Parts: sequence; C-alpha cells; structure tokens
Amino acid sequence: MSGMVWFVLYLAAVAVGGWVFRFAGQTATGNKPFFRDMPLAVAFGYVLGVTLAILAVFYYFQPVMTEQGTPDAGVTFFRWAVQGLIIFAIAAWVFRLLGRNIGTAGSKKLFRQMPLTASFGILVILIYAFVSIFAGVIAPYGQEEIFQQVNALPGGNAATGGNPDHILGTDQIGRDLLSRLIYGAQNTVGIAFATTLIAFFLGGSLGFLAATLQGVLDQVLSRAVDVLMAIPSLIFALLLMTIASAWAGSEKWLLTVYMVLIIAVIDSTRVFRLARAVGMNIVVMDYIEAAKLRGEGLGYLIFKEILPNATAPLLAEFGLRFCFVFLTIASLSFLGVGIQPPLADWGTMVRDLSQFINFAAFSPLTAALPLMAAGAIALLTVAVNFVVDWMLYRSSGLKE
Amino acid sequence: MNSVLRIILQRLALGVLTLFIVSIVIFTAVNMLPGDFAQAILGQGATPEAVAAIRRDLGLDQPPITRYFQWLGGALQGDLGNSFAQANFASFVGDDSGARTTVAAQIAPRFANTMFLAGVTAAIAVPFAVGLGILAALYRNSAFDKAANVSTLSSISSPEFFMAYILILFLAVLNPILPSLSNIYDGMPFSERLQKTLLPALTLTLVVTAHMMRMTRAAIINLLASPYIEMARLKGISPMRVIVKHALPNALAPIINVIALNLAYLITGVVVVEVVFVYPGIGQLFVDSVKIRDIPVVQACCLIFAAAYILLNLTADILSILSNPRLRHPK
Repeated sequence: MSGMVWFVLYLAAVAVGGWVFRFAGQTATGNKPFFRDMPLAVAFGYVLGVTLAILAVFYYFQPVMTEQGTPDAGVTFFRWAVQGLIIFAIAAWVFRLLGRNIGTAGSKKLFRQMPLTASFGILVILIYAFVSIFAGVIAPYGQEEIFQQVNALPGGNAATGGNPDHILGTDQIGRDLLSRLIYGAQNTVGIAFATTLIAFFLGGSLGFLAATLQGVLDQVLSRAVDVLMAIPSLIFALLLMTIASAWAGSEKWLLTVYMVLIIAVIDSTRVFRLARAVGMNIVVMDYIEAAKLRGEGLGYLIFKEILPNATAPLLAEFGLRFCFVFLTIASLSFLGVGIQPPLADWGTMVRDLSQFINFAAFSPLTAALPLMAAGAIALLTVAVNFVVDWMLYRSSGLKE
Repeated sequence: MNSVLRIILQRLALGVLTLFIVSIVIFTAVNMLPGDFAQAILGQGATPEAVAAIRRDLGLDQPPITRYFQWLGGALQGDLGNSFAQANFASFVGDDSGARTTVAAQIAPRFANTMFLAGVTAAIAVPFAVGLGILAALYRNSAFDKAANVSTLSSISSPEFFMAYILILFLAVLNPILPSLSNIYDGMPFSERLQKTLLPALTLTLVVTAHMMRMTRAAIINLLASPYIEMARLKGISPMRVIVKHALPNALAPIINVIALNLAYLITGVVVVEVVFVYPGIGQLFVDSVKIRDIPVVQACCLIFAAAYILLNLTADILSILSNPRLRHPK
C-alpha cells in the first residue's frame, strides 16, 4: 500500500514541479509565447517525462548484483530492454542510411521519406526471412535431435547447471533450445505465410469473382461469409480443430495440414470482404466496360484488369492478415492444438517453458526463455504492423 | 422515431436469424466428426448392446435433423445436454447410479466468472482508452502522441500471452504485488476476488486499450478540420474545451462503435488469457473440452461465444444508429 502512497506523492511533486517549471520559464524568457500559452497539463507532461528519464538512467546504472550476491533481475531485464531498444534503433537508422545511398533512384526516394519505425519493420522482416530460409544452416543442431543432458540451464556455464554446447540450454527431453528457437522461425513463420497465401488466393479470387459476376453468386457468397464472420475466429478455429483432431487421429502432421486449411478458410472471409469491396469499385470503371465490349473472358478481366488496380489495398491487407494468421496459429499452438510436437514452434515453446518465469529472481536468463519465444512472435507482428501503418499512411495521403 | 424503431427491429431480426444459422453451422460442424462416439468411449472390446445403450442414452440414434431441433429447443430452455466427459458411462454396462453432469451446471458458474473478468476489464479499459485518445488528439504530433502511437501499435500486435507473461514477470514474480494464479471460487470476498482478477484484467486491458485509443484519436482528429471547430478555435476557446465540448459529442458514434467491437474482441482474447492465469472461466473450459473432445460442452461454449459476439456487434450497430441525430429526427 505504501507504494501507492509514494506514487501519489510523486505525481503531486511533479505537478508542483510543472508549475515551477512554467513560472521559471515565463520569468526567464520574459513571457515568451511558448511558456505564456503553456497549459499546466503540458508543463506537467514535460516534468513527468524528464523525471522518468532521470529515474530510468539512475535505475539503469544500479548494480546488477545485490549485496547478498544474488542477481537483481529487475535491473538485468531493464538493461536488456534498453540495450535491445538502442541496438535496434541504431540498426534501423543504419539500414535507412544504407537504403538512402544504395539502390535505384526509386528505392532511394522511398527510404528518404521513411520514418524510423518503418525501416525498423523492414529490417526485422528481412532478418526473419533470412533466418527462416536458412534455419538449417544457422541452427547448431537439428530441431528433433535429443541430447543426454535434459533441462540444461541457459548461459553455457557448467558450474551453474548449464552446458557450453547449448547456449540457451536444453528442454525437458534434451533438445537444444537455441536450435528450436531458430527452427521455430522456419515452422511458425513459414506455416503462417503459407496459410495467408492460401487465404488470399481463396478469398481474393472469390471476392473478385463475386464483384465481376454479381447476381446470385455474389449473394450466396456474401451471405455465407456473413455467417462465418459472425463466429469469433479463434473460437471457430478451436471448434474445427476439435473435429480435425478426430479426423487426423494419430497422424500429427495431418493435423497441422488441417490447421492450415481451417485458418485459411476462416481468414479468407475477411479477404473476400475486402476484395469484393475493392473489386466493386473497379468493375464500374469505363476500362472494364471497354474490356467487356472487346469480348475479353472472365480470367482476363480478373487478372489483367481488376487485380493490377487492386494491388495496393490488397498488399496492405496481406500484411495485416499475415499478423492475424500468425497470432492465431501462435495462440492455437500455445493452447496445445496448433502445430504439433516434433516440429519446433514458438507458441508451443512459450507454453512448455512458461514455468521458468518463476525463477526470475535467481536466474534472469532462465526466466527470459519463454519471453524469448513470445517476444520472437511479438517482434515480427510489430514489425509488419509498423510497415503496414506506414504504407497506409502513404497511400491515404493523410497529413493531419 | 418510427423509422429508427423499424431499423432497430430489422437489425434485431437479422441478429436472431444470424444466430440461428450459426447454430446450424456449429451443429453441422460437430456432426462431421467421424466414427461413433459411443464406440470411441467404450473402446475395442465393447459389446454391441453397450454401444447401442450409450447411443440411445445420448440420443445418437436419432436422425441429425431431429437431434438438431432437440438440441436447439433444449438450449433455448437453458438445457444444454449432458457432458460426455463427466457422464458416468460405467452405468451403461452395469448398474446405473444415475449420476450425470449437465453442461449447463458446468458452464453457469464459469460464465459468471468470465463476465466478472470482462466487466473488470471494461471498467478499467474504456475510461483509460478514451482518456488517452483525447489526450493524444489534443497533443497530436507531439512526442507524447508518437510514443503513444508506437506503444499502442506494439501492444495491438503482440500476442496476449506475451503481454500476460511480461505482466506476471514484473507484477507477480519480481515485485509480488498481485497473484499470478487467479484461483477464484464461490463465496470469495469481493476484494480478494478483485485482486485475483486484476492481473488477467490488466492483460486484457493492454490488448484492447490500444485499438480503442487509436480509434478515439482518429475519430476526433477527423472532425478537427470541420468549420465549426475552426469557429470554436477562433472564439478563443482552449484546445481541451474545443475537443471535449465540440469534437467529442460528434465523434461519439464511431467511438461507441469501436468500444462495442473491442468488447466483442475480448471474447476471443479471454480464451488465451484465462488459460495463462488458470482463471476458472468459460474460455478455459472451452479449451479443456476441445482437448478431450467433449462435444456437448464445445458446442455449448461455441454457441455462447457466438451469441455474445453477435449481441455486442448488434449493440454497436444499434448504438451508432441511435447516436446519429439525422436518423433520430428524420425530416
């Protein structure tokens, strides 16, 4: 409870500090408009920001070891977070700088207008793509390889229960966790990507077909999609997975295939909506009329006339849809009904390693293991969202 | 008022129709299960008589259409059938003790728990999100706005369990302020119950706040170019007052809409969060039943989730109609 009291006292002190700051500014600058028109709330915000920054710096330089010789996990995690943030910021900045100076005139222009968040997103996506394609080369061991030492702690220090051969340790049946984390990129990202592709192929072609042909087909498809969208997608996926698990029986890989199909169908409804709406706006154009009068077939209309004009919104949707699919698959795996065991996958890893979080006070690195797998998921979706956000901002021309 | 009433009645009828069709979809999906459930329970050595007894008792010998209407009729009266997993199947082969666990008895307390969790979340998230959204719109393009933009985008895109474990790490393990296990039970004092619910509620808050806040900000900023806002500014009203008194009432329709949609989203989020915190809610029951293929429970949970989802979407629809003065006062 005393923490609460300190917090309120701190806020009160900041409020007083804000008033003093504004008053001092007004007096020192001879009532410049910047200070004269400053509401107290803004002054409060400035002081709050500065004091928080000072507190953060102070906390960062606290000793990592407490006086009793045990690690201070709070400080350790804080340092990691700050270091990670700085490294990523510098990497994104360097990447943008490279992009501005290397490449074609078009790509240089693109990088010049890019905010740091978007270049961070592109960089992260490229790294993930690289890791998932070359997982077999990068990973020190195979994802199903089982070693003698089970539950080796991360850190690689034999004195504290680690093993220098396994930097992140091994899991409960002795598989190398670093390798599984790397293979997770291949499996989780690869499966999510394939699922999104299927969903786009299905939803996109049906949506364009409905927009072009209209009439009964459009009505039937649209109503069917309405019904499917009335069930929350994760719930529906879980229901269908129940059935799929009965169909698949003991064939674990078959269940993964079913999962891909189920999520693709559920997500294709959202793609259908967008493709149909975009297609509807395009089919009323004169050039479509002209193509129809020329006697072009349905395939030509869809692939040569509608598709090229619908690329921009569909591309942004692809990014968002990928995030949704990726998160759904991760959630299903986390709940234990997604990607099945011998395959390494991040959602399952989070669930299996989640108990380690209780050891945070003794070994911060061990506690970070489930967070690494969960963070790997979060990092990619955040990156994709940053890029999509920037793409939407660019295409909307919104400036306010 | 008449036309509004008509629109609302139309939407309601459409909602009921959707729910009806959804129930058909759920029932059909479940009936696509291969093999015989009775055979599966009893295993290979089952005698044909025992299999037939179970089939008769569970009503599996009826044609699908009859079973569907029996199920729907029962569901409307609150009778969702017997849970397979907890049924006393030994009774079919020997003496019948008559013990059955109904699905309704299993779901009812958990449903109340989930509602409690959703209620606590909404009570924290809605004022927090709207307040932050107004602040972000007020100080748009400032450092605060940019920080809020980046952090909300990150929290939207992180999986729920990532947020949950981060919160557990900092609020339960490193600084033991809140319990990381939400083992609540009947008859628990309210304050203790609230304390145990707080961590899952905070996780869900983080997930839904981001979207609501972004939409609040966007809805207000959309209006700032309108002539009447310009007028208010020229009158010399303070920026805060311009937003709260002039922009907010007109931005209410999209904001209410997005709040209702996010509460609908909570339904999905609740499943994962309940599993992380071992919160005895309907989401956890659903996942457990999926794993052991307890069909009546899966069916019932699915129907409840879908009904809640449809209801909230319907509410969003109706509220946005009601908040539009042009529809409320037709010429």
